[in-house]
Amino acid sequence: MGTAEPPKVNAAGGPGPATAARLGLIACHDCGLLSRFQAGGRLYCPRCGGVLHARKPNSEGRSWALVLAAILFYIPANVLPVTHTTYLGSTQSDTILSGVYYFMASGSWHIALIIFVASIVVPALKILILAFLLVSVRRRSDWRPEERTRLYHITELIGRWSMVDVYVVTVMVALLKLGALANVDAGVGIVFFGAVVVITMFAANSFDPRLIWDAMEKRS
Amino acid sequence: MRLDAYIACPHCDLLQRRQPLPPEGLAVCARCGTLLYRHRRNSLDRTLALAVSGIILFVIANSYPFLSLNIEGQTQETRLASGILVFFRQGMPWMGALVLATGIVFPLVELVGLTYVLLPLKFERLSWKTAAVFRLIRSLQPWGMTEVFLLGILVSMVKLAGMATIVPGIALYAFLVLIFLVAATSAAFNPEIVWERLSPQK
Ligand SMILES: [Zn+2]
Ligand SMILES: [Zn+2]
Repeated sequence: MGTAEPPKVNAAGGPGPATAARLGLIACHDCGLLSRFQAGGRLYCPRCGGVLHARKPNSEGRSWALVLAAILFYIPANVLPVTHTTYLGSTQSDTILSGVYYFMASGSWHIALIIFVASIVVPALKILILAFLLVSVRRRSDWRPEERTRLYHITELIGRWSMVDVYVVTVMVALLKLGALANVDAGVGIVFFGAVVVITMFAANSFDPRLIWDAMEKRS
Repeated sequence: MRLDAYIACPHCDLLQRRQPLPPEGLAVCARCGTLLYRHRRNSLDRTLALAVSGIILFVIANSYPFLSLNIEGQTQETRLASGILVFFRQGMPWMGALVLATGIVFPLVELVGLTYVLLPLKFERLSWKTAAVFRLIRSLQPWGMTEVFLLGILVSMVKLAGMATIVPGIALYAFLVLIFLVAATSAAFNPEIVWERLSPQK
């Protein structure tokens, strides 16, 4: 296993690690190519044509706005019914949580666990981690930057799994279309839930983990 | 200082010298441990083969019913697209669009785009707008969710097992194989082989 080593010379002169930003370099978000920073106007990557930013533009503001929006949508997503089920004449409305309870009661605890983790724990965890990272960056924290970077990486990876419930509802509404015998309609809750998943994914995407390290360097 | 001899960590911005890697080796950031780049044997050929097989499986998975359900003699078949149609018909176009995009459009665009970029590369050529197409499929990557879709189908099967007889269709098996192909494609693929070809210095 090879490991890339940091360059020997710290061209910035001063103390602190040689980061691209300190050396007046910008790494392309899309292809990773380094370019020299030039003042004035928009810069484009000469290799892939992507717009160059030393840091994601307005990262903190955008991430905060999206985190707050996600919190706002998280409530109706969990309170409003996601499905209305008619079975043999009687109709029942289910929220995400009552669906989890139904699985637990009927003995499919593994399905209950999947839905509970993917639909309730993961979105909440993402919101909490992003809020924590944003606060830590704002306070110029130097607490365990490596672990905080890893936390960020986790939020990037787990978000997609929250979509499971959206797909479950998609399959149910497609399959159970047998009138009074058996029918499932989607409830508004699933729309809010879908919004939470999409918004938290955008929130994770707009946060720039390099801010964690920038804050530390400004301290030293 | 030749800039392409260095790489900046995407997570902490530390500048590091690029080094040739042993086969299947990987380079991680010295400061935060983020994966910087990796070496993949025969990346181009393997990725291309997997992506083309993926497209074929994708067409099968979307052309046949993946589940059929039987309650007291009444049968209902489902294709991947039918749930999406229900959303559009029942006044939830955003849900329809979300499932259509993440479950069908983005995964397909990724496989087709990859083939479009890699096939000419195999013959030392570049397809039209390679950089833009490649940039697009890289940015769509987090939004293609075939494996999550499959988990959703499996959960639904368990959910419905209590009230009806569920019969898996051809598409479900195609879908299972597709998941493995998609995972194998991203494991075999080294994006650096495309970016290197696009370097302006060369
Ligand atoms: Zn670029
Ligand atoms: Zn790093």
